[in-house]
Amino acid sequence: MADKTQKPVLLTMKDIRIEGRSDETWSEIIKGVDLTLHKGEVLGLIGESGAGKSTLGLAAMGFTRDGCRISGGTIDFDGIDLRSASESQRRGLRGKRIAYVAQSAAASFNPAHRLIDQYSEAPVQHGVMGRAEAERDAVELYRRMQLPNPGDIGFRYPHQVSGGQLQRAMTAMAMACRPDLIIFDEPTTALDVTTQIEVLAAIRDIVAQFDTAAIYITHDLAVVAQMADRIKVLLRGVEVEEADTRTMLSSPKEDYTKSLWAVRSLARPAQPAVRDAVPVVSVQGVTAGYGSTDVLKNVGFDIHKRRTVAVVGESGSGKSTTARVITGLLPPRQGRVLFDGQPLPADYRQRTRDQLRQAQMIYQMADTALNPKLRLRELIGRPAQMYLGLRGKALETRIKDLLTLIELEPAKYIDRLPSELSGGQKQRIGIARALAAEPKFIICDEVTSALDQLVAEGILKLLDRLQSEFDLAYMFITHDLATVKAIADEVVVMQNGRVVEQGEKDEMFHPPHDPYTELLLSSVPEMDPDWLTRLLEERAAKKA
Amino acid sequence: MSFLIALFWIAVAIAGALTAGWLFLKIAASVTRGGTARALRSAPVTAGFGMLVILLYILVALLAPVIAPYAEREVVGAQFLPWDSTHLLGTDNLGRDMFTRLVYGARNTVGIAFLTTALAFSIGSILGLLAATVGGWMDQVLSRIVDILMAIPSLIFSLLLLTIFGTSVVTLILVIATIDSTRVFRLARSVALNIVVMDYIEAAKLRGEGLWRLITREILPNALAPLVAEFGLRFCFVFLMISALSFLGVGIQPPTADWGSMVKDNAALITFGDVTPLLPAGAIALLTVAVNFVVDWMLHRASGLKE
Repeated sequence: MADKTQKPVLLTMKDIRIEGRSDETWSEIIKGVDLTLHKGEVLGLIGESGAGKSTLGLAAMGFTRDGCRISGGTIDFDGIDLRSASESQRRGLRGKRIAYVAQSAAASFNPAHRLIDQYSEAPVQHGVMGRAEAERDAVELYRRMQLPNPGDIGFRYPHQVSGGQLQRAMTAMAMACRPDLIIFDEPTTALDVTTQIEVLAAIRDIVAQFDTAAIYITHDLAVVAQMADRIKVLLRGVEVEEADTRTMLSSPKEDYTKSLWAVRSLARPAQPAVRDAVPVVSVQGVTAGYGSTDVLKNVGFDIHKRRTVAVVGESGSGKSTTARVITGLLPPRQGRVLFDGQPLPADYRQRTRDQLRQAQMIYQMADTALNPKLRLRELIGRPAQMYLGLRGKALETRIKDLLTLIELEPAKYIDRLPSELSGGQKQRIGIARALAAEPKFIICDEVTSALDQLVAEGILKLLDRLQSEFDLAYMFITHDLATVKAIADEVVVMQNGRVVEQGEKDEMFHPPHDPYTELLLSSVPEMDPDWLTRLLEERAAKKA
Repeated sequence: MSFLIALFWIAVAIAGALTAGWLFLKIAASVTRGGTARALRSAPVTAGFGMLVILLYILVALLAPVIAPYAEREVVGAQFLPWDSTHLLGTDNLGRDMFTRLVYGARNTVGIAFLTTALAFSIGSILGLLAATVGGWMDQVLSRIVDILMAIPSLIFSLLLLTIFGTSVVTLILVIATIDSTRVFRLARSVALNIVVMDYIEAAKLRGEGLWRLITREILPNALAPLVAEFGLRFCFVFLMISALSFLGVGIQPPTADWGSMVKDNAALITFGDVTPLLPAGAIALLTVAVNFVVDWMLHRASGLKE
């Protein structure tokens, strides 16, 4: 791979500075970053959200989002100065010689047109090929991207194909004019691990086949390890370090990079199993669904005091529906939920206030889980006021205690609105709100999946600490197996509304497995740059 | 030539209005503090003009007995007297002072329109939020009733109801409020439908919050911006509707001064090239424009749009 640096240089960005406008003032988002890309080379761009990865990626096309401007530096693409080039000159390059693949293909495709129509748009407009030729070419690329039925998948509308297929169709579309450079902006972040593999493999193959240079933007280190020849780490608009993939993985130089690497190794010893005691929550033979279809089929598991049960599975496997049954939002058709050995009424409206208090929930998106018009005082104070009858001074003290507990300074934050907090802080408020009720059991629904790795690590540590402090039982819904490793005692694997396998964490991470668990476990990207190649070979061997 | 002069005066009027609005914003921003002052400083000049006009109308309505030179129903001279120093805007078809009537008209027309809009909003938004929150049969019943009421053209429907129940101020307010509350209901319901699916509403329900608190603390604050904007627009419609009904003779009844009927009573003068009967109409138009300026600004702020 190292030989790629010998190839001619395709893109040079020097001392790039980009400013964004907020409240009438311009502030720098990218503070002087250099970037060099050779022909056929893949550069991985990693960093937390807000690090400026996407902004820098878009700048490689000479483009900025609304409200941003390039204020300094030079962008040289194959001898063309993109900063001084006219808008029509740049437009001639985009889509033809430089292409862009967005994070959410579902949101980026126009839902009103068929895939192949959108595919043909760029080549026809740039005059690379005629309409009929473009359609023949589309089928060829769909075949190379290993899409099922390449001959007619293009004649479907975006909502008629799955998320992983859509992302591959988008990559094919970016390839339509055989560009010299493609910018991938988190192309697999929204996908399940099992689908992610297919997309990663397809992208890697096609980039290699056409010898296309690429900038691969992601926050997932294990993914970038599979894709990139070189990795550049960004932090708040400044480059932290850059090295070729193997060097970067084995011996990062900077502390920040090391801390990013360390997050993935967060793990805690499992709590000893308690078999005889009455479980805090016991889900027994639950079958439930919406309308006439059953989403859950005979689901059952126990959650004991001070233990964390991780429920894992792809989207649509029934994880969140199980949570809805436990909270009483969706009364089951069959089966029941026991709390401390006592059956809970199926509908939350029939539960007593104390039963409601005992089981709390923390949501995935803190943005929608906190009322944007209420101040933290009321957001956190309300459960304490309602369930525990606290008023006046006692309530004030309790709110401050809770804020201290989640590591936010009470005096500074108590009168803020949710919009005045960062993503991680919002999620902490969600935790405080659950704690305010003094529950025995908390459902954590993908609480870290919308957060950056370092922030997510902080949340997981906080949850862990609170668990031992208050003897809490957690049900931890997640699709991220790294999180499972970090926090779970017990694992329940779900697929198509059934529990496929369950047991202690240590047993789960060792074979033999149910085939689905095996697929799920093996699909989690590892930091080893050869992992994807090896995995694909193994799977191919097994099939043969 | 006269066309050019008219054009000149229109330009002067617009410039004057904008200057007045700008001055008003400067003064208002300097006497207020904190968030209000910041909002006022960034407000467009048109909004300043709108607020100034609304403020003037309120003042005139409140201080009517002080400002008006005569009593509301007093006959002070011959019919249709021209403008002079004793009767600033002349007299009307019964010999009452036109300026006095105009001032009292502000009180009656604006006051009744405000009461009506407030009532329409209370009914419409509470029922709309209720329908969205409870859903199911409650939503079905309320929405179907509203559909039925909305299926009948509003002016004809109000004429019908006013003919049946008689034309007193109270019936007028109740009839128009009922008809207008259906529009508010639709808006409140659709806004709330987007809010009730949020996780924080689910969290509040699971916490065991009662219906009243759910509506007033969790949903209403998030639905307020579009509702306030609608309040402004709705106020204009109600205002025009009352004037229209008064013009038709079933609205505010004589001898109470009211802009709509004042246009009708003095309409004969228009044939003689006199602008006096158009002054009440102008007063209505000015307030409508002013309210819309302010509403535009509020909508802009609520939607978070820049420029």
